[in-house]
Amino acid sequence: MNMVSSSTPATNMNSLMSSEDNIQRTQYPYVTGTSVVGIKYKDGILLAGDMGASYGSTLRNKTVDRIQPIGKHSLIGASGDISDFQEILRKLNEVILYDNMWDDGNSLGPKEVHNYLTRLIYNRRNKFDPLWNSIVLGGVKNGQKYLGMVSMIGVHFEDNHVATGFGNHLARPILRDEWHENLTFEEGVKLLEKCMRVLLYRDRSAVNKIRVCFLFISNVLNDLLSAFFLHILYSSISLDLRFYGVNAAS
Amino acid sequence: MFRNQYDTDVTTWSPAGRLFQVEYAMEAVKQGSAAIGLRSKTHVVLASVNKANNELSSHQKKIFKVDDHIGVAIAGLTADGRVLSRYMRSECINYSYLYESPLPIGRLVVQLADKAQVCTQRSWKRPYGVGLLVGGLDESGAHLYYNCPSGNYFEYQAFAIGSRSQAAKTYLERKFGNFMESSRENLLKDALFALRETLQGEKLTSSNCTVAVVGVGKGEEFQILDKETVQALINEFEIAGEEAPAAADAEDAAPEQGGATEQGATDQGPGNEGAAPMDI
Repeated sequence: MNMVSSSTPATNMNSLMSSEDNIQRTQYPYVTGTSVVGIKYKDGILLAGDMGASYGSTLRNKTVDRIQPIGKHSLIGASGDISDFQEILRKLNEVILYDNMWDDGNSLGPKEVHNYLTRLIYNRRNKFDPLWNSIVLGGVKNGQKYLGMVSMIGVHFEDNHVATGFGNHLARPILRDEWHENLTFEEGVKLLEKCMRVLLYRDRSAVNKIRVCFLFISNVLNDLLSAFFLHILYSSISLDLRFYGVNAAS
Repeated sequence: MFRNQYDTDVTTWSPAGRLFQVEYAMEAVKQGSAAIGLRSKTHVVLASVNKANNELSSHQKKIFKVDDHIGVAIAGLTADGRVLSRYMRSECINYSYLYESPLPIGRLVVQLADKAQVCTQRSWKRPYGVGLLVGGLDESGAHLYYNCPSGNYFEYQAFAIGSRSQAAKTYLERKFGNFMESSRENLLKDALFALRETLQGEKLTSSNCTVAVVGVGKGEEFQILDKETVQALINEFEIAGEEAPAAADAEDAAPEQGGATEQGATDQGPGNEGAAPMDI
């Protein structure tokens, strides 16, 4: 604040006019979500996360959707700051909208969205103003399954199963033991439920309201249009998963 | 000196509803040496005629690689063509930085056309004096586009631009029916034949043409064929082709060469007619 006094008039002007001094670069997360877990299964990908959002250590919210569809082919799940996630969603949907407006038969798949996210997040961390999230990105396009992750500093990779936050310590060891390529849908959901249960028991910021989302290769269901459908399932941790409904088509 | 009082400025309309400066720019495309493009379901072939300005100089490059999946062939002002190819390269590289995937060519062509259009609407600018045949692949398959100085663009199965391109167009119009199912080799063959039509008696050799091809799949990235490969293709397909112009030169000297020569000779007819590159 008082660095002005020691400066020459010229630099005075500079420091007065420059907004640099007023930029707060480093932010901290306020309302946060905890782990997201994602796996590939035989016919697609599955993402699971609870619906809690904590204000500091207070479990403040119980109905936050931290897994969202992006375009026709992708699902995104985020842990970390909820408002930063909302900003990411806004940006991604803008990109998808712009892509759709070409209306030329080309569309952004999970790989493209993942790469865009990586660039976005890495760019923001280079401004020392990071988006405080760990993000799981899954999708299916042209019969290809895709599952990847980005961290808040831009570290990105693909894998057969991924998890953010506490999930890295508690869920991935289970997945390493039990995941295999030919998991059926039911086996996949059961496996994720096991992970979410361990997380609920051990992670104090987890809540017992779990959302499991999935994308699958639709020609498995004999879909003539070979389009991909997005379905969303609700579940409590009491093991009864319920089919919630068809969310997006084509 | 001036054709009329309405052609001093790109933005000035003539009473007949024409923009003369834009038309002159399109004329520059017709003055350039010929470039042709054709496509099948899986491949796009671009080819051009190389003309040296001077006995002592080499020719200018007319085909440019834009990215692994896109290439352009140009006719008109080469310098303008290079500026536009640099723009296209940079658009492609930015797209793959952002999305790690190739830029759909239809989108690149629209951006290019918008760039050209701006020049027709600003009094302190001039239109680009170059026509571009943009060929490439994306999710929806192989595409060939023609971009012209007016900012218009068109998609084609096969097209030819530049001087004496009408002859090549006539050839392509006759043959394009089979192009969609054509193999890479047959497409190259048709490209060379079409190119020969624009030469008017001159012999087609690897030193007066450039051929480039891009196809679906790994190992089929856009590449400009080297001289040896082109010469091998000419030798393989064009033996008759080389003699046909010679026969035409000799004026009815030798009709005994059979089918291929005859075809070559008849091609020469509409070729000569279309030699004045003024229509369209």
